[in-house]
Amino acid sequence: MIRPVRFAGDVADLPTHKFGPSSLTWWGIIAFMVIEGAAFALAFAAYFFLMGHEQGWPPEARRAPNLLFGTLFTIIILLSEIPNTAVKKAANEGDVPTIRRLMPVMVGVGVVLLIIRGFEFNNLNVRWTDDAYGSIIWALLLLHTTHILTDWFDTVVLAALMRTPLAYEGRRLVDTDENALYWRYVWLLWIPIYLMIYWVPRL
Amino acid sequence: MTELERVREEDKKLAAERRKIARDGPRLSGAKLEARLERTWKRPRGILGWLATVDHKEIGRRYIVTALIFLALGGALALLMRLQLARPDNDMIGASRFNELFTMHGSTMMFLFVVPVMEGVAVYIIPLMLGTRSTAFPRLNAFSYYMYLFGGLLLWGAFAFNIAPDIGWFAYTPLSGPQFSPGKRADIWAQMITFTEVSALAAAVVLVATILKTRAPGMTLARMPLFAWAMLVVAIMIIFAMPSVALASSMLISDRLVGTNFYNAYEHGDALLWQHLFWFFGHPEVYIIFLPATGFVSVITETFCRRPVFAYPVVVLALISTGILAFGLWVHHMFATGLPRVGYSFYTAASMTVAIPTALQIFCWLATMWDGRPRFQVPMLYVVGFIVTFVIGGLTGVIIASVPLDLQLHDTYFIVAHFHYVLIGGAVFPLLGILTYWYPKITGRMMSETLGKIGFWMMFLGFQLAFFPMHFSGLLGMPRRVYTYPAGLGLELPNLLSTVGAFVVAAAVLLFVINGVYSLYRGAIAPPNPWDAASLEWATSSPPPDYNFAHIPVVKSRTPLWDEKGELPVVTGLRADEKEILLTTVVAAAPDLREPVPYPSLWPFIASIAVGIVFITSIFSPWALTIGLIPCAIALTAWFWPKELKRNPEPVIS
Amino acid sequence: MRLRGPVLILPLLLSGCDYQTYQSIFSGAAAEVRQFNILFVIFLVICAIMYALVIAFLIVAILRRHRAQANVVETGRHHESDPSMRTGLIAWGVLVATGLVALAIASFFTDRSMAKAAASEKLSITVTANQWWWDVQYNSAEASKTLRTANELHLPVGVPVRITLHSNDVIHSFWVPSLAGKQDLIPGRETDITIVPRQIGIYRGQCAEFCGTQHAHMALVVNVDTYADFLKWWGHQLHPASAPTAPLAQAGYRYVTTGQCATCHSIGGTSAGGRVGPDLTHLASRRTIAAGTMPMSKGNLYGWVEDPQSIKPGSRMPTIGLEPNQLHAVVAYLETLK
Repeated sequence: MIRPVRFAGDVADLPTHKFGPSSLTWWGIIAFMVIEGAAFALAFAAYFFLMGHEQGWPPEARRAPNLLFGTLFTIIILLSEIPNTAVKKAANEGDVPTIRRLMPVMVGVGVVLLIIRGFEFNNLNVRWTDDAYGSIIWALLLLHTTHILTDWFDTVVLAALMRTPLAYEGRRLVDTDENALYWRYVWLLWIPIYLMIYWVPRL
Repeated sequence: MTELERVREEDKKLAAERRKIARDGPRLSGAKLEARLERTWKRPRGILGWLATVDHKEIGRRYIVTALIFLALGGALALLMRLQLARPDNDMIGASRFNELFTMHGSTMMFLFVVPVMEGVAVYIIPLMLGTRSTAFPRLNAFSYYMYLFGGLLLWGAFAFNIAPDIGWFAYTPLSGPQFSPGKRADIWAQMITFTEVSALAAAVVLVATILKTRAPGMTLARMPLFAWAMLVVAIMIIFAMPSVALASSMLISDRLVGTNFYNAYEHGDALLWQHLFWFFGHPEVYIIFLPATGFVSVITETFCRRPVFAYPVVVLALISTGILAFGLWVHHMFATGLPRVGYSFYTAASMTVAIPTALQIFCWLATMWDGRPRFQVPMLYVVGFIVTFVIGGLTGVIIASVPLDLQLHDTYFIVAHFHYVLIGGAVFPLLGILTYWYPKITGRMMSETLGKIGFWMMFLGFQLAFFPMHFSGLLGMPRRVYTYPAGLGLELPNLLSTVGAFVVAAAVLLFVINGVYSLYRGAIAPPNPWDAASLEWATSSPPPDYNFAHIPVVKSRTPLWDEKGELPVVTGLRADEKEILLTTVVAAAPDLREPVPYPSLWPFIASIAVGIVFITSIFSPWALTIGLIPCAIALTAWFWPKELKRNPEPVIS
Repeated sequence: MRLRGPVLILPLLLSGCDYQTYQSIFSGAAAEVRQFNILFVIFLVICAIMYALVIAFLIVAILRRHRAQANVVETGRHHESDPSMRTGLIAWGVLVATGLVALAIASFFTDRSMAKAAASEKLSITVTANQWWWDVQYNSAEASKTLRTANELHLPVGVPVRITLHSNDVIHSFWVPSLAGKQDLIPGRETDITIVPRQIGIYRGQCAEFCGTQHAHMALVVNVDTYADFLKWWGHQLHPASAPTAPLAQAGYRYVTTGQCATCHSIGGTSAGGRVGPDLTHLASRRTIAAGTMPMSKGNLYGWVEDPQSIKPGSRMPTIGLEPNQLHAVVAYLETLK
């Protein structure tokens, strides 16, 4: 320091973890959510831009994507918020046994969703090479699949970590809380995508 | 014993150990504290140490040096182009090669020089300016540098192997699409974008978190230096703008590689989709470049006029409103595409409105000079050069905001003149000033004032000679991106003058570099605060120790070093034996948390190699995206996974 | 009209007096361009005033730095400021905003007036851009009066002409600076531009959107004639190519209409009907070859036909490798296509 100092306050008793906006990683997660949100918002804009050129949508009177698998996916992902909220609450309360019970459930849910997603791709009734409608539908579904895949993998790693003694560390509980927050974002973002892939072509 | 009881026992043991931790304060200060902090925060040596660094100062220096190398490379291309254009009907460089040159020049300058250099300066100085020891997410910071480096190597590697892109730096479809750009040149360009945009986004996340959460206690948002405000606005703009070019370039690669039809009009796609997505990014991009430079101008003006910038709240609001308005202008790049004229009027109005906050900032800087006592050392000379030059560019910008005027001037050398006036006058001049200003902080020596003054005049006069005639070339009918032009149109003289001027500018840049290198060895040793400046980065030595500050200062004004007479107030209680920073609240900067800081790690480098391999191989096969994800997943997991699975008295990120 | 003088002085001063203004925005040879010139001068004047104010402020701020009292850290008054600065800031903000509003209004009215002048077109042309040449079609209600040519336009003075713009490949831009602002030609879309030439003369335009290798050599020539001359030209262009009489030209005729040339080019009145390349029916009446790459002349025709790839590398016309006697014959024939 270029000048002598005068002590004016002590921070040794400050905590080393907190939930919510006090956590540094919370800001990181929010920033990534905004980045992905911006990318999706622009993909939505591209979707409506391309649609605006056409008289009919899908163009050339294709069949709209089959409703079954997309709707099944939607129902399951919305229901997954129940164990997700339970995990988040447990993390906030420091209830490690509950976290250890429910994290594998979230991992399992992710696997089921990814399998259904495979069926969804097969039932879009259009190939990505057919035309721009096919390209943008596939792009939206692919972007969201990447979303699911990365958050599922995060959950797997976190579930493994929470089986170790570190589970009782405050910062790991904050990680669990923030992972649950991110999962909410994943299904929230799915809703407009679901509508755009499965319902807008039926209007 | 049940699990719960075992954990309680462990908690008690950890609490006892916590009481024995060495912390800064009355019991540990002065030379003993500094020695301890030095051991804790030391940067590892050797090649592996270099690759594993998480020190923001080291990463910032790398960014700056790498960016300056790309400036030189891009500038050399400019000289080649100017030689070809010095005479009409010249055949020194053929059409194909020339098209590669302007594509490489634009792409290098925009993606590999000017944005990364701003990021680099910010990454270096912001923690010092905010009074903390590290950025947030230092490993992400390291990762962002490697992604930038690899993107640059990809582009220039392609040039070295004679497969440089030749589609222009904004790569309009369908020219850049599969039918009209066969081969891999356009894919290489698009993946260079992916690398640099991932890098910029990562750096933006680091900056937002650092600026909002790690400021010194008492540095409320209203007391934060204007450069930090500028970088906060810029980082948020990057977060909203970069995804657009990421999406656009991914759709382009997809059209080229797997046959999608986003930009194919014959299959219900649209060539203009590219332009909308690109310019939605591209227009904010130029403010992403300009706003950090306004931060530099505020810093220099304050120090060299011996007073804080006039009307701080106005400058902050100007930064924020410019950042927001910048997103509403992009269609002014598309006035010639035949979209409805009624819609165009909105973009004319918006494009003119964005001039108002900038005009207010300029008034504030001039008012600071009026109220203060300006001293014209080299950094302040660059500020004056900036005002004289940038305002011309801003005014030609107002001219081309008008649709009838733009329909003549669009895609001519008038536009080339405009954007070089705002980019060089508005960003490069302040950059050269700030590099001179912070050089003593970074290196511990002063740059030569004499060489600096000569360089400034060469730069300023050379620039005017090179670019002012281009306004006339455009008005006389010379379009952009032409490798030659016919004789007899009156284009000979302006082009010749531009070529001469370009060489003067190159000489000025060379002189700046020579000054920088020479001063490293022979420059006067710099005291901690050679300019007698007010902000916190000058409260520590030049260059700073690895741990930045021995104690975290407490701030009570916008100009702490000018307003705190005598002893500096500091907080106590941070660990000296492990890396730790203080987190404060977002608005009021009240002490909130103590946050462990990661130790050096090779995982950011390894992860960037894994991600880089995915990006590069996906130029050739879509399977890269599936198979390549596995090594990425492994690298990212190892990055996150704690080194030891036992609990410490306080968290450590080893 | 009055403003042409002052506006022209600047480039004259800069470039010396010996150059042509036929690709210059300054020449003001069309209604729209004159309106451009007026609007441009209005913008220049207001911008110059703003710039002068900024520079004046800068100079005075610099000159007064040695005054006795200053609000600086050395006097401890660095948190105070001259009260006139606050007034100045508000006044400046109001001035800038007012200036911009004035310019925006001027711009808007000019735009509207240009659009009005462009209504009621009497002539319709379709231009289709290709890499790197212009396919031109004069439209008529009568099919027999439709004319196809390339790289050159003839327009009657004072008559509004609407040019519909298409592209066969990438985005190009149609720009004849002396006559009008530019308009892009975008594949899959139709755009248009209306021109009202006001001055007889010859003007040059160039593609103004980077379109690939030979973007720099995609020019077009616009001849603005009297109405009578224009009709005469159109009538002449409608005539099919006359059969050649000289033996060398006849040999060329046979080669051109039955060989590779006919795959891409069409010549009215012959069996050559390719539409991939420019129409050659009245090639020799044009002022340039290969979209402005070279002036029309016998020597340049020889050079182009023999080896187009060395003159305009990357262009779509291949270098065939003609025998010398074939080359003489072809050029002799092409010269008859007036």
